[in-house]
Amino acid sequence: MAFGLGLLNGLKYTATRVFKTYVGDFKHLGRRYDDKLFKERQSVKGSGIFTVQYPEEKLPVPENFRVVPFLVYEPALDENGKPLIDPATGKEMIGKQKCTACGICSKVCPPQCIWIVRALTPEGKPKPQPAEFYIDIDICMNCGSCAEFCPFDSIKMDHVYELANYERHVSHIYDIGVLSKPASYHAKIHPTDWAAEEAERAAKEAKKK
Amino acid sequence: MSVTAPVAPPNTPNYNDPQIVAEQIKTKYPDAVESSSAQGIVVQSDQLREVARYLHDELAFDYLNNVTSVDWQDRFEVVYNLTSLERGGAPITLKVNAARENPSVPSLVPVFRGADFQEREVYDLMGIRFEGHPNLRRILLWDGFEGYPLRKDYKEPYYEEEKKPFGSRWDKGHHVIAEDRNPWHDNVQYPSNFDAVAYKPPRDQIQVIDAAQAAAMRLRTDKIVLNFGPQHPSTHGVLRLRVTLEGETVRGVEPIVGYLHRNHDKIGERNTFVGNMPYTDRLDYFTSMANNLAYALTVEKLLGIKPPERAEYIRVIMAELTRWQNHAVALGFIYNDLGAFYTPLIYAMEERELILDLFEATAGSRMMCNYMRFGGVARDVTDDFIAKCKYLVNERLPRRTDELEAYMVGNEIFHSRAKNIGVLPRDLAINYSTAGPVLRASGVKYDIRRAEPYSIYDRFDFEIPTGTTGDLYDRFIVRVAEMRESLKILKQALDQFPAGEIMTGKKNYQVRVPKGEAYGRGENPKGELGFYVVSDGTANPYRYHVRGPSFINLTALNDMCVGYKIADMIVILGSLDIVMGEVDR
Ligand code: SF4
Ligand code: SF4
Repeated sequence: MAFGLGLLNGLKYTATRVFKTYVGDFKHLGRRYDDKLFKERQSVKGSGIFTVQYPEEKLPVPENFRVVPFLVYEPALDENGKPLIDPATGKEMIGKQKCTACGICSKVCPPQCIWIVRALTPEGKPKPQPAEFYIDIDICMNCGSCAEFCPFDSIKMDHVYELANYERHVSHIYDIGVLSKPASYHAKIHPTDWAAEEAERAAKEAKKK
Repeated sequence: MSVTAPVAPPNTPNYNDPQIVAEQIKTKYPDAVESSSAQGIVVQSDQLREVARYLHDELAFDYLNNVTSVDWQDRFEVVYNLTSLERGGAPITLKVNAARENPSVPSLVPVFRGADFQEREVYDLMGIRFEGHPNLRRILLWDGFEGYPLRKDYKEPYYEEEKKPFGSRWDKGHHVIAEDRNPWHDNVQYPSNFDAVAYKPPRDQIQVIDAAQAAAMRLRTDKIVLNFGPQHPSTHGVLRLRVTLEGETVRGVEPIVGYLHRNHDKIGERNTFVGNMPYTDRLDYFTSMANNLAYALTVEKLLGIKPPERAEYIRVIMAELTRWQNHAVALGFIYNDLGAFYTPLIYAMEERELILDLFEATAGSRMMCNYMRFGGVARDVTDDFIAKCKYLVNERLPRRTDELEAYMVGNEIFHSRAKNIGVLPRDLAINYSTAGPVLRASGVKYDIRRAEPYSIYDRFDFEIPTGTTGDLYDRFIVRVAEMRESLKILKQALDQFPAGEIMTGKKNYQVRVPKGEAYGRGENPKGELGFYVVSDGTANPYRYHVRGPSFINLTALNDMCVGYKIADMIVILGSLDIVMGEVDR
């Protein structure tokens, strides 16, 4: 082959790629961020450029996605069985933490970034409840081991990945207040896991009866 | 077609059995062997080099896989793993003991040059001297470092407890910021008589050419020593190359590493066995799935368990997807180093994104997968995963591999820059213990997936691509060919993909591993990733060592670069495909 033909052949691919990239844009001329086009491009069948215009566009995260864990709590219910909403924060009020302070997550955590204080009864006996719960998210490596090994399904991995902050000492140590999120939130971001957990719970209940 | 490991002719002794090898050594050196068992052959330290030479020359143990050491508190033990590339099979283990006071053993560099960096690492971290080593200095830590961190009596600045889990976390676990535990918020310990102003580091070794050589080349330029990196975009991370140049020609390269050092080994010994899994992700962060696999295989060896069928298939699929994307990106980076900035690399990255999407949907993270478990995998794959994966493997990736080959390998400028550049001859490649595509490009048909098949690789039909000259061009096309072979394996695995369980036994957060030691390894995209694990029967490993292929491949860099231009050196480094997370550990 003559010198340079391989090179020209290579340029053919780059030229095609440029063309493919802009075809999509022309199809949706004027609409800068197009949802449909975006989905198409990011799929396995997508062609042309993959760039995501973050933060205007964001990639959806899959259910199994994991960053910094949160604690699941059961909301306090009103007389109709509806969760009570805290008017100040707009969040569901904490009825009961699912966590029993068994300590397994803090033992399994590879970088040891979970600190738990177990609650005590007035008589000074240990109670299956956390009095305090800290996670140092500077140290947390988002490995998901805590969620995987918690026997009470009470610690789960979150989907919120925008964690930037102006200060790293106080705000990066999440205490029980920051960590607690209602069970409905867990059900929303982890529908499959939630369904499996519910089914298991129902099976256990049925067995008891 | 199923292919099995090479079988020795029936009348030759089985040299994969340490007992038989020990008997053979005794015929030549009657009092060299102290003892021998399935765990290894213990040799007298004063005869170590002779024994090694005998094994190398006469019994064809031509490849030194791994050098490491164990602190048994009453003595040190240096451990060598040797294989024959011809015969294949599991490596045999050679051990020598060293006294606790002023430990020293003979260096094996005269026999295996691949021992160079590894012995320096043992000296650096364990404090064992290797007599006769040409350049015995610290390698990962700085020269003024106090102490030898892998010794059991060493305590680091933020030392909390010998083993995890730490007692202070539960059930009265008030949070303390780690720096607050140290009075100066400083994680460096200095020697007691250390004077920062007067301190002069020992000079780095500089390779010098002799006068006759210089005269023969009739160069009128001066030699200059150039520090390349550590902050330099073409050194693939924080790597410093101390280059001796004559004009534009490279006369010597000394890689200076350790900028990312965190003592992975020591962290691993503090951790529980389970807790080490996410840490292996961070070795070579491009191939975390494959790292997981090699570690899981090693511990499974000690546990004596096997994952169920479906999990085996998932593991192979993940490992081969990893290989494809690693090679695609490595090739893109080589083009970057050649000066074709980012276009080919970004094309490779795009395909990689799709593979990482699959990892993310299954394991939860794109790069830090933490996916394999002892006896299985963490989560099952969904039908959606299989469908997407099938589309990628059957349609998209083969097409992309062809395209990539057309615009990368077809390019004539690439030919003129890559052919006969950075030649690593076959015997040097073996002697330097290089691994993976680098070894195969030099014409050695050696792949652990064939030589000592692990997981279910013996079921698949695939070739081992090799090069002929061992130049940059060969290292490039071997990777392209390996991408095709990976797709071949993936296709077969997806076709045979079975239903069933993904985990043997129950999930356990503190797996107790029976007493014993094991060297386990896997064919990572970058080469042989080995783990040497010693268990004392508890939930934490007594000794945990990683054989990083990137680190050991770097040993050969000097020989590959000398005589070529400095612009070639960058590409040669790129063709080694190193990742600093694994080099520095
Ligand atoms: S493992 Fe679960 S229940 Fe136990 S302390 Fe952790 S979060 Fe609470
Ligand atoms: S995600 Fe991993 S590192 Fe983070 S708190 Fe859980 S176990 Fe610890």
